[in-house]
Amino acid sequence: MKKLWNNKTTRTNLTTYLVVTVAFVVMQLMSSFGQLGSAMKGYLIPVCAYIVMAVSLNLLVGVCGELSLGHAGFMGIGAFTGIVIAALLQDAIPNDTLLLVVAMFAGGIMAGIFGFLIGIPALRLRGDYLAIVTLAFGEILKNIFSNLYVGLDSEGLHMAVSTGKVQLLEGGRMILDGPVGATGITKLSTFPMGFVLILFTLFVVLNLINSKEGRAIKAVRDNRIATESVGINVTAFRMKAFVVSAFLAGMAGTLFGLNFSSLQASKFNFNASINVLVFVVLGGMGNILGSVISTAVLYILPEAMRGLDDLRMILYAVVLIIVMLFTWSPSVKNAVQSVTASVQEKLRKNKKEAVNNE
Amino acid sequence: MNEYSRKMIKVSSVNLFREQDAGKPPVLDVRNLGIDFGGLTAVDGFNMTIGPTEISGLIGPNGAGKTTIFNLLTSVYQPTRGSILLKGIDTKGMNTAKVNKLGIARTFQNIRLFNDMTALDNVKVGMHNEIKCSFLASLLHLPSYYKSEKKANEKAMELLDFMGLADIADQKAGSLPYGVQRRLEICRALASNPAIILLDEPAAGMNPSETAELMHQIRRIRDTFQIAIFLIEHDMNLVMNVCEGIVVVNYGKIIAKGTPEEIKNNPAVIEAYLGKKKEADA
Repeated sequence: MKKLWNNKTTRTNLTTYLVVTVAFVVMQLMSSFGQLGSAMKGYLIPVCAYIVMAVSLNLLVGVCGELSLGHAGFMGIGAFTGIVIAALLQDAIPNDTLLLVVAMFAGGIMAGIFGFLIGIPALRLRGDYLAIVTLAFGEILKNIFSNLYVGLDSEGLHMAVSTGKVQLLEGGRMILDGPVGATGITKLSTFPMGFVLILFTLFVVLNLINSKEGRAIKAVRDNRIATESVGINVTAFRMKAFVVSAFLAGMAGTLFGLNFSSLQASKFNFNASINVLVFVVLGGMGNILGSVISTAVLYILPEAMRGLDDLRMILYAVVLIIVMLFTWSPSVKNAVQSVTASVQEKLRKNKKEAVNNE
Repeated sequence: MNEYSRKMIKVSSVNLFREQDAGKPPVLDVRNLGIDFGGLTAVDGFNMTIGPTEISGLIGPNGAGKTTIFNLLTSVYQPTRGSILLKGIDTKGMNTAKVNKLGIARTFQNIRLFNDMTALDNVKVGMHNEIKCSFLASLLHLPSYYKSEKKANEKAMELLDFMGLADIADQKAGSLPYGVQRRLEICRALASNPAIILLDEPAAGMNPSETAELMHQIRRIRDTFQIAIFLIEHDMNLVMNVCEGIVVVNYGKIIAKGTPEEIKNNPAVIEAYLGKKKEADA
């Protein structure tokens, strides 16, 4: 066990799992003792979904070094696929948890397939160009959802892109109703399941980073040409990172979607993608635990400040700037270090004096 | 046999510089290689063969096209003319990764390490295709993952130790001194298990004692792994001492070929490096 702890990567990974687990237990206890307000309780599942989003985007941005601005699009695919699958299999699978898991995997797989298809043209590009193309894909996906009509009746699923085309038999209902979005969703998501999904995501991402695949992905980020020179197909590994990232985002989307009784496609717009990117950047590129913490803090912060009305977004921006300074600016880092050093020095002196006086 | 066997081309017998290589087919056989960039002919009519355990040098003045030749050999550029036979297989149309799998590894003139990764991880990236572990096993850390990682760690440490780098295995590659980075790059190239390794100015930026150590290491690499080495270098002391065969290029064309002794006394080479004697001086 001690040997395990001495290995730096294992230590970081175990710390990550531990922090998430402790946070979950604390929240769960607070919630069961009635210490959490109903508003706060409502944030628990979305926070879980966004943590998964941030960790999966970190795989792409931090580990693989590819900037994607359309991550919310994959979340949307997961959400709407999950909603449709959950409605379709509601009678076949009586157990809610099992139904949620099936819906999540369906959402993840669908997002993964779309990730692969989008990756074929998009991954020919790099850097800023890839960012622009993923942004466009994110918006396209959002617009497709707002024009998609899916109905369910005794004959099965009906899909169309215009409202008149979906003719349902008696007793049928619309699952997805174009711009109105999905309505009448059975809420399947629970906080413990969100926690399980976070653990699953951490397991997949951390394992991947510490394998030969992960090393190849990091190598692509550090130096493309050198990576090719040792026999690694660069495109294949960028694709792997992209698809795994999309898959996890899809699962997060399902968790997110099945938490509300109605859901509009506008939830998965450009703003959502940028928010996730902010979580990743402020948490630290390639730092998985950082993504988890920054998401939890930065997602709840604006909601917790609702009482401040107009000042809310200004304060949020100020907090973002301060976090940025403290995590990235070398001069601020040095200043903080010198202050803590002088405080420690003083404490030591005081201690010495105290000992001497005795 | 292997996926490239359909491309097998009969290799002609050639003169080789090393006695041990006599009668064996060359590992690298370059025929009439040439590349044009727009209207500029960077390399033209480049012919050479390298025996399976030969150390050869490629020298020439700045801008002669030496690195371009390396880039052609590793398929970074596709040649306009001519062909490259690696172990008797035409590499035409293959990408860099495929050519490496076939048996050619290289280092770079401007060092290209994975700076944010440890020295050990750099070598393990080099071993990527040697590590047998499926994507699913990596994702779920199945027992086969631990087995392959353990094996990879051992082999990578062996290689680092061989190059005298074992004590810096856990340091970030980007933070290492220049000379050490050069040796780590050679280590990474060796890790991909090549039949021939191309070194692009391995002694650049090294002090004389480091260069002497490098000369010793280059010979040791050949003797231990029984592979061919092809190097570009401006340090004539290193080239003349280590190489068994030397090719001199200028303006993209070969101006001389031979043993170090022959090259030293070749008037065309002296002219390329030092310029022509003026009539008045004669």
